[in-house]
Amino acid sequence: MTIVFGVFLLTLMLITAIAIVRTQNLFVAVMLSGIFSLLLASNFFLLDAADVALTEAAVGAGISTVLYLSALALSAENERAPYSSHRLIALAVVSVTALLVIYATFDQPRVGDPAAPVHQHVAPWYLEMTRDAIDIPNVVTAVLSSFRGYDTLGEVFVVFTAGIGVLFLLDKPGARHGGTQTVGRVRLRHYLIPRLVGRMLIPFILLFGLYVQFHGEYGPGGGFQAGALIAASIILYALLEGETRALQALPRRLLTLLIASGALLYGGVGVAGMLLGGNFLDYSVLASDPVKGQQLGIILIEAGVGITVTGVLLSVFHAFAARGRF
Amino acid sequence: MTALQAHLPALQVVVPMLSAPLAMLLREHRLSWALATAASLCAFAIAISLTLSVIDTGGMRYLMGSWPAPFGIELGVDAMSALLLLIVTGASSLALIAGASSLDREIEVERQPLFYAAWLLALAGLCGILVTADAFNIFVFMEISALASYVLVAGGPDRRALPAVFKYLVMGTIGATFYLIGVGLIYLMTGTLNLDDIVYRIGEVAEVKPILIAAGFISVGLALKAAIFPLHVWLPNAYTFAPHVVTVFLAACSTKVALYVLLRFNFVVFKPYLEDHDLKFAIFLLPLSLLAILVGSAVAMFESNLKRMLAWSSVAQIGYITLGASLVSVAGLTASLLHIFNHALAKSALFLALACLAISVSKLRIENIGGIAKRMPWTMAAFLLAGLSLIGVPGTAGFVSKWYLITATFDSGPLGILLVAVIVVSSLMAVVYIWRVVECAYFRETDEAQSAREAPLMLLLPTWAAVLLNFYFGLFPGVPLELSSSAATLLLGQTP
Amino acid sequence: MNFLGIYYYWVFAILLMVGFYAVIAKLNLIKKLIGLSLFQAAVFLLYITVGKVEGGTAPIFASAAGERLFSNPLPQVLILTAIVVGISTTALGLGIIVRIKEEYGTIEEQEIQEIDRQ
Repeated sequence: MTIVFGVFLLTLMLITAIAIVRTQNLFVAVMLSGIFSLLLASNFFLLDAADVALTEAAVGAGISTVLYLSALALSAENERAPYSSHRLIALAVVSVTALLVIYATFDQPRVGDPAAPVHQHVAPWYLEMTRDAIDIPNVVTAVLSSFRGYDTLGEVFVVFTAGIGVLFLLDKPGARHGGTQTVGRVRLRHYLIPRLVGRMLIPFILLFGLYVQFHGEYGPGGGFQAGALIAASIILYALLEGETRALQALPRRLLTLLIASGALLYGGVGVAGMLLGGNFLDYSVLASDPVKGQQLGIILIEAGVGITVTGVLLSVFHAFAARGRF
Repeated sequence: MTALQAHLPALQVVVPMLSAPLAMLLREHRLSWALATAASLCAFAIAISLTLSVIDTGGMRYLMGSWPAPFGIELGVDAMSALLLLIVTGASSLALIAGASSLDREIEVERQPLFYAAWLLALAGLCGILVTADAFNIFVFMEISALASYVLVAGGPDRRALPAVFKYLVMGTIGATFYLIGVGLIYLMTGTLNLDDIVYRIGEVAEVKPILIAAGFISVGLALKAAIFPLHVWLPNAYTFAPHVVTVFLAACSTKVALYVLLRFNFVVFKPYLEDHDLKFAIFLLPLSLLAILVGSAVAMFESNLKRMLAWSSVAQIGYITLGASLVSVAGLTASLLHIFNHALAKSALFLALACLAISVSKLRIENIGGIAKRMPWTMAAFLLAGLSLIGVPGTAGFVSKWYLITATFDSGPLGILLVAVIVVSSLMAVVYIWRVVECAYFRETDEAQSAREAPLMLLLPTWAAVLLNFYFGLFPGVPLELSSSAATLLLGQTP
Repeated sequence: MNFLGIYYYWVFAILLMVGFYAVIAKLNLIKKLIGLSLFQAAVFLLYITVGKVEGGTAPIFASAAGERLFSNPLPQVLILTAIVVGISTTALGLGIIVRIKEEYGTIEEQEIQEIDRQ
């Protein structure tokens, strides 16, 4: 049964991808990308990657769709010349790449083979050590925030960079002869049903976000997904009530502070480990009992991730939305 | 002190990284400049200290979060990373000091705190790539530095910076994704991400194909990032339209760091495992390097935009670096690594001189600078002297690495003569394009130059510091040479 | 399972192709960016496929203890990071596109080139 379902989802995904590339209406392309992300998330779920599925759904189908739509409102809705003159060269380059990949997969171990080298070396150690040294149920969270916490620190700073990048680009005063339709005006205020349903949804999304934030050690979730969900609920609020209301609730300066403080909280936990006699990002020294210390460290850094992600996503949204008002 | 010493590899990244949010929060642009400069100088001091201990002990290791390798992420500093750390942090510090008087003309003061935060992130990202010993961690830090560089380039006042940066973003992301595919294939076959552990476990892999394809993907992805000919198309415009001091910083570091990762993977990971890998590597890289050298220099000769001229010259210089590497010998790699160092010195001095010129000249085109040497003698003298180093005149740093490159090519048999000829021809081309500028500045007259004034001291000082370093390392190439040659022996897997 | 396994690799290859093609051949900047996302999504699928263990479950210890087979957590962690990197790149790219539209009045590559040539 899973086979049929898997093949079905994968095929649907391929069809969606091709449709995305073929359509000339950018609005349709963005909507289809949202659907593509949901399909991808379902595939991840089938492949036992619950955390990744949750993230892909929140990011790909939620946040990135909102960002694309904001950008579309400021730029164009259709593409004019669909293909460049070198489409044959492009096709050749792409085909060679794909053939190489397929060639490489000939010798690859069968998918799901428990004896494959990939499952023999590092992974069992993670499963074992999560139980012994950190003692939380979600191994993905343990690897993400402790064993490979340095990667996650980097990830937070990637988000941070993107946030300051968009603010830097769109804070520039000057020529604004762009959009015809503005995000500021695309409000749902005049539509009764979306507004009512939306209003009812907001508290639940927010609550779910908080649940995901603090439940990351036990089930799928964590700071990043939570940040995306919380940001989504506030963006929904902005769409329903107008961006000004949302900005009154969470002013720009506060968002900037959120972005910086989340990143600093994460880094600070790392430095604290250093000051208390461990290495950078060593949470074991944070409490007298190393296991408790690990758990404390994970809660703190996940909070840092959540704060920065919420701040960045909201700032980026507002930066796009404000650009449209002139 | 010893406790602090042990943490240096981590601090190398953490100091600039955690300064970035602070720089963003400071609202006064002078303060955030001061913070960025202090953090960058601090990173430079850490790099020097790391270099000293590498020379003493041969290398340093650091376990992030105290988790044992290969399960946690390990940092490792050796001669090669120390050499590049010096370049990256040094160039960043010089460029930031110069930026104090140069950036106000290009970026509104309200936006400057964000700009300095992005600068620190670019620095942290580049340092992060250099100190890490983990394949996936390289990807993460590559993306930090890449995203931050896009922001820096987009700060350029000319609107053409925007399409240039978009192209840079697309090609950079393709490069990073290719790298990610390669790392995925390696992980699939070995089950590990730690570079040393990969080297150890790759020998047990029975099937060659995935590793071969991984080598291809990783090399092409990094070649995109390193602007190796013909994948350099993003470079000239990105360098031309970036703010001047950003060009100084990026020209000295960003492509070099990608080259560092490229060399590391090809020599340390793939060469011992894949049969004849060095031969294939050379066959691919050698013609491309020669083309890069010739095409880059030729285009530079006919380019009248000064920044773009130097950008094309960078394409050619990257060719020298890959040429040395494609000889696959200790001498060749030494020359190649030394040229990374020396080219960074020469190019940052040249771009700094252009930043000085830009204070008085609105458009950095060759026809606008006629007679400017009378008004800006210090600036043009710096340009001339740095140009000598780029050409490779004896007594300058540029000469040392070209000399090593030529001796290395002579060792490579009958092909050597041809290679030497290419090097000599392109050096002559460099004479032509540097001379065009010098001639125009010293012996022509234009109206615009009459009102020009000498650049402020805060700009001239870093420029001249870079120029003098070119001569210092031309006469006393001891430290970079030692680092390069021990890095070369390390790459070829011979005990030094 | 074997058929599905091979199918996953093929879908990865084709997705890679579709996304990469859109990046190179499309002239609309937003379309290029969407192509880039598809291209990256293909790589995400590769990693997650690699981490799957037959008969395994998501690597979360259930309260009812007992030895169960878990899928490999590491590729999932890596892809969590990669997804975040991807959205960050997209956000920055969109920011640049909006500025290009403001400065040039178009987001078609060849039109931008024509304007620059003048």
